[in-house]
This record gives sequence, structure tokens and C-alpha cells, in this order.
Amino acid sequence: MDVNPVILKFVYAATVVSVIMGLCSYAVLAERKISSWIQGRVGPNRTSLPLIGGIPLIGKFLTRLGIYQPVPDGLKFLFKEDVVPAHVNKFYFIMAPVIALVPALTTVVVVPFGRFVTEAGEVIPLVLANVNVGLLFLFAISSLGVYGVVLAGWSSNSKYPFLGGIRASAQMISYELAMGVSVLPILIWVNAPGREGTLNLFDIAQAQSGFWFAMWMPVSAIIFLVCLFAETNRLPFDMAESETELVSGFHTEYSSFKFGLFFVGEYAHMVVGSCVFTLLFLGGWNPMPFVTLEALGFGEGILGAILSVGIFSGKMCGMMFFFMWIRWTLPRFRYDQVMKLGWKILLPLSIANLVVYTIFIFYLDTKL
Amino acid sequence: MEVSDFAPVLVQVAFAAGLAGVILTASHLFGQRGSKGIIKNSAYECGIKSEGKTSTRFSVKFYVTAMLFILFDIEVLFLIPWVLVYRDFIANSLPILGPILFFLTVLVVGLVYEIKKGGLDWEK
Repeated sequence: MDVNPVILKFVYAATVVSVIMGLCSYAVLAERKISSWIQGRVGPNRTSLPLIGGIPLIGKFLTRLGIYQPVPDGLKFLFKEDVVPAHVNKFYFIMAPVIALVPALTTVVVVPFGRFVTEAGEVIPLVLANVNVGLLFLFAISSLGVYGVVLAGWSSNSKYPFLGGIRASAQMISYELAMGVSVLPILIWVNAPGREGTLNLFDIAQAQSGFWFAMWMPVSAIIFLVCLFAETNRLPFDMAESETELVSGFHTEYSSFKFGLFFVGEYAHMVVGSCVFTLLFLGGWNPMPFVTLEALGFGEGILGAILSVGIFSGKMCGMMFFFMWIRWTLPRFRYDQVMKLGWKILLPLSIANLVVYTIFIFYLDTKL
Repeated sequence: MEVSDFAPVLVQVAFAAGLAGVILTASHLFGQRGSKGIIKNSAYECGIKSEGKTSTRFSVKFYVTAMLFILFDIEVLFLIPWVLVYRDFIANSLPILGPILFFLTVLVVGLVYEIKKGGLDWEK
């Protein structure tokens, strides 16, 4: 193997980015399909590509599922007029979608999506950058996405985008606090005495071979989940684009692929958010609480690695479905209710949760 | 761990930025060309003519929220080194529970003060 490591890194990056982009485009399709199922509609069921659509037996079925829908969606983004209105601040107007997309795609590097056990019994994470600041890095980079929103709202020089942008940014920073505090009990527990301090997501997932953290720290899990919805600007927290009052919020003035980049960025955030929730609370690639892959006899080699990736992606897709389910279950909050929930309920609750686990773990470690 | 472990991050940033650039350029090149007009170039306000300044004034609450966020976020960051060593300290029976509870109390007092002062009320 004398492949240049730099080229190899680019190949890995390209693979991961294309997987994420593919996931995003199919998440859009899933969103439309699930919305239509919940509302008793059919959803996209006509789009068919030439030749492929004519496959006997399954061709018609795939068309009805809307499998080809993301292709024309992407092409429409590409071929629509790229309007840059005269009243905008051009440089920042064009920069904003880029700034929204880059952090969303960058956070993926620290997210492990499986593990590989060598014959010597060494466990290697399947991750682009195996750094020990993992979770901190993830929080830091994903919160940079707020700059894209602020810049888009401000540079549009128009009232609705401005209000949408400023609302979204205030909401995103408010929920970051409760999110940050809610994961601290997990980090305390994972950093057991005698081991090197770590914030690595891989170590956190590996620590859940027994209890999953969702069972052992349910309050943390609920707070984290609510904050995740707020951070990704999903319903019931989509203040930024509450279409009945702000048209479509910070991207009102955007069209064609500039709007598309915001869209992809939002879904990429959702994908990464689902991955992180799975890793932190749902046991990562452990099939069931107290049952590891090793215990089932799929520990070593390629098969174990593939299974771990499969289980992880299954859980991740379940989380994505949950995101879409919630969208059609809960109505949107009012803005002051959102801020009240973030600052006066979730933040005190997460601090109380932290104190309880601080004392509890102290008790466990001293008395046992 | 070395600095070179972070190399994939740099590669990813470059790749994502490059991809965004390529997509925007392609969208600009392939996009349909439409005529420019005064209507098209005006700010979108649901079809009604735009009134007043485009950059409106907004509530001071947003500034307050941003400032409070910075204060609390720094406090959360201070907690991160603590979580890494907490159980180690307990195992070596060094005092840590008292000091950290004191720190958290200060944090909570700050939050209570903020709420009492009405810094977080949006209704008024």
C-alpha cells in the first residue's frame, strides 16, 4: 500500500461527503413521503427516469415509492434562475449559504459510524478524525452554523429575512447552553478513574455495552433531544421560517442552489444530530442493552464492522423518522414560549440534573 | 494525540468549501436567465410595496440574550475540564464535590438573579 496518505484522506472525505449528501437528498424524499402518509396523501409517485423506470416488476414499484424524486429536485435547483436582488449586500449574500453548509459537513469528521476489531483484539473506530476532543469539537463547529443564518438574514436587507435570522440565532444560542450542560453527566461517567480523559464519541459509545445512557440518564436524553430539535430549527421550533408570519425567514430572498445549500445544510445538521444522539444515548452500534456484538459472536473482522455500521445506521434512520414524525405531531410554539422553555425550564432542569448525578456518582464511587 | 490527527478536519473544510463553490458556480452558469426589473429587485414583502427602511430596529432583548449566552457558555466551558478529572479526584480522595457544588451554586444564583430582574421576560 503506497497510496499517498493525503490523496487517501481526500478520498475518505469525498466518500463521507457524498454519503451525507445522498442521505440529505433521500431525507428530503423521506420527509415528503412520511408527511404524506401521516396526512393520508400519496406523496411523490410519478417521477421516473428514462430506461430505469421501465424495469419489469420493480420499476413501477420504485416509481411509486418516489425513489427517483431527488434527481429532478436537484436538477431544478440547478436550472432555476439564480436571482441576486439589487438591494442585498452581495458578498455576504453569496457567502451565507457557504457558511451554513461548511460547518454542517465538517462536524461529520469526528462522528464514528462503526468499529472494526482486529484479530489482535484491538478496537479501531471507523471515523475520519479520531481526536480526543470529539464532542467539544462537534459543539464548537456546529454552533458556527448560526453565522450563516445571521449573515443571510442581515445581508438580505429586507424585513422578513432580518427578523427570521435574528430570531433563529437567538434561539440557537439559547438552546446550546442546556444542550452543553445536559451531556456533562455522561462525560463524568465515561471518564472513569485511571483512564486518560476523553471527550471522544467513540469512547462514549463503547462505554454503553451495559446500560445505554438513555436508560441510565433519561432526563439528559430528553433535554438533549429537545435542544437538538431547537438547534436544527425543526418544528416545533422553526421560528426562523414560521411561514405564516415571516414568509420563509432568513432565506426569503434566496433562490436556486443558494437556497438549496441552506436546505442541504439543515438536513446535514439533522443527520449529524441523529448520529450524535445515537452515539450518546442509544448505545451506538450495540444491538441491545447488555448485548454487544462481541457477545453475539460477530466481534472480529469485516463482518463485525459491517454489522456495527448497519446497526448504527438503522438507529440513525429511526431518529430521522422521529424528527419527521414530531413535525406533524406538535404545533409550533410562540417565540416567547420558545425562549421561556430554553432559559427558564431546560437550563435549570439540566443544571439540577447535573447536580443530582454529581452527588450520585460521588456516592457510588466512595461507598462502593 | 498529535496535531496531524486533525488533518482530516482541514481536508473536510477544504472539500466542503470547494463543493459549495462549485455548486454555486454551476448554479450561476446553468441557471435560467430572466429579465431584471424594479419589482424583482425590490425586497419581498408579500407583494406589497416595501415601506420604510429595510433594516428595521429590533428588540433589545436579543442583545441581552446574546450577552447572557456568552456568560453562561463560558461557565459551561469551565465545567468541561472538571468532568474529565472528577472521578479520578474521587478515587484519590481529593476534595472536589464541595468546590464544584459551590461553583454550580454561583451559576444558579446568577441565573435566578437574571430571571428575577426580568432579563428573560419576552411578554412585556
